[in-house]
Amino acid sequence: MMSLVKDLLGGNRLALARLLTQVENDTPDGRAALNELFSHTGRAHLVGVTGAPGVGKSSLVNQLALHIRKKTKKTIAIIAVDPTSPFTGGAVLGDRVRMRDLSGDGGVFIRSMASRGTLGGLAHATAALAQVFDAAGFDMVLIETVGAGQAEVDIARLAHTTLVVEAPGMGDDIQAIKAGILEIADILVINKADLPGLEHTERALRGMLELSHPIRHVFQHHGRSEVIEPSSGNVEINETLWEPPIQKTIASSGSGIPELADSIGAHVLYLDRSGDRDRRERSRLETELEALIQDTLAEQFRSSLPGELFEQAITGMLERRLSPWEAVKSLMNGRQH
Amino acid sequence: MTEKKIRVLVAKPGLDGHDRGAKVVARALRDAGMEVIYTGLRQTPEMIAEAALQEDVDAVGLSILSGAHMALAPRIIQLLRSNGQEQVKIFLGGIIPDEDVPALKAMGITGIYGPGTSTQDIVRDVRSAILGVSED
Repeated sequence: MMSLVKDLLGGNRLALARLLTQVENDTPDGRAALNELFSHTGRAHLVGVTGAPGVGKSSLVNQLALHIRKKTKKTIAIIAVDPTSPFTGGAVLGDRVRMRDLSGDGGVFIRSMASRGTLGGLAHATAALAQVFDAAGFDMVLIETVGAGQAEVDIARLAHTTLVVEAPGMGDDIQAIKAGILEIADILVINKADLPGLEHTERALRGMLELSHPIRHVFQHHGRSEVIEPSSGNVEINETLWEPPIQKTIASSGSGIPELADSIGAHVLYLDRSGDRDRRERSRLETELEALIQDTLAEQFRSSLPGELFEQAITGMLERRLSPWEAVKSLMNGRQH
Repeated sequence: MTEKKIRVLVAKPGLDGHDRGAKVVARALRDAGMEVIYTGLRQTPEMIAEAALQEDVDAVGLSILSGAHMALAPRIIQLLRSNGQEQVKIFLGGIIPDEDVPALKAMGITGIYGPGTSTQDIVRDVRSAILGVSED
């Protein structure tokens, strides 16, 4: 495994691809590699792109990456997540179809991931893949997932900047609002902005923003901080807050893409200047540590339990002799004998 | 550790625009529990090799109905080899005259499927080619 890590750090793309597979499958080699690579992480800018199917996320990611590559030469890794069929365990991962413009560019790496049916596991696997790309030296990691649900919220926590993408005319109500993922957005994107219903969508989103971010006393406006009278006394005036902008794009033509890229850049600046980046990173690492502790302890506990004890506990619950909490207690006591 | 998933790239190299067969095969592989990276139409050999590498696939499925397989297949095989992916199994579907089959097999193509092939035969062949060889 050492050699795969060494090759990856030396820029070998096949080693990178193979390591991504190991990490995605959570193999012992994969875990060992993550340990070795962790000290090399922390540099890449992670951008999450989420939204309902059909809003044009892949096309948007394609155009965004093209623009950023042309303008800044930053290297970009793209993780495109698609759902696994719960019935067959298989998946058709078709996001690359929309990203053909990026082929042949040595500064871009596209990896398709299937959700593989375990919600918590998806965020963990995505975080692990992002770490590998980060350690490999990519400047930016774009993570594209289907909204919405807890998994997508978890992935949003992993990203430094989260884009929530909408499109006009996708029904009477806005998908993101229904799904409740509007709160996680750092930037709202209305793609397919040439479709009818744009104004309605924009008004509805602005309305929901008012509800999600009610305390706005200082916000970024053209790169300067502007102060509004604070409504309550216990909010610090000097602290800068980020008001999620609404960007309108037409990914199929590239319209609005430069402005969106600038918006992402502005968010990076805000994160650094406000100290929010460190706060979010700290919170993210705390969440990851908690999850790993839980998983590890649960795994250890479960594997140390004799099989029949577990079955007896279930039977006890089925026959209503034991409540679930009593069952847990009896299992934990049983372990000590 | 999560179970190993078979990852297959399904691509249409060259200029032919008939993708129904490729989509049928992609769905069949998905229904068999595999992860199919579907790249769509008009792929160059370079794009196919690039995708195969980035996605670290176990197999590549090529759909060619234009008759250009004798030009496209060797190029793709050569690119996969030079990228260090000589172990990737290659399957070819489409309009392939019988007289071309021996040459294609000699190049290293594992399976060749004409119109009317049962998708289950393809699924079975892909699975045995990948799982039969590697012992983890």
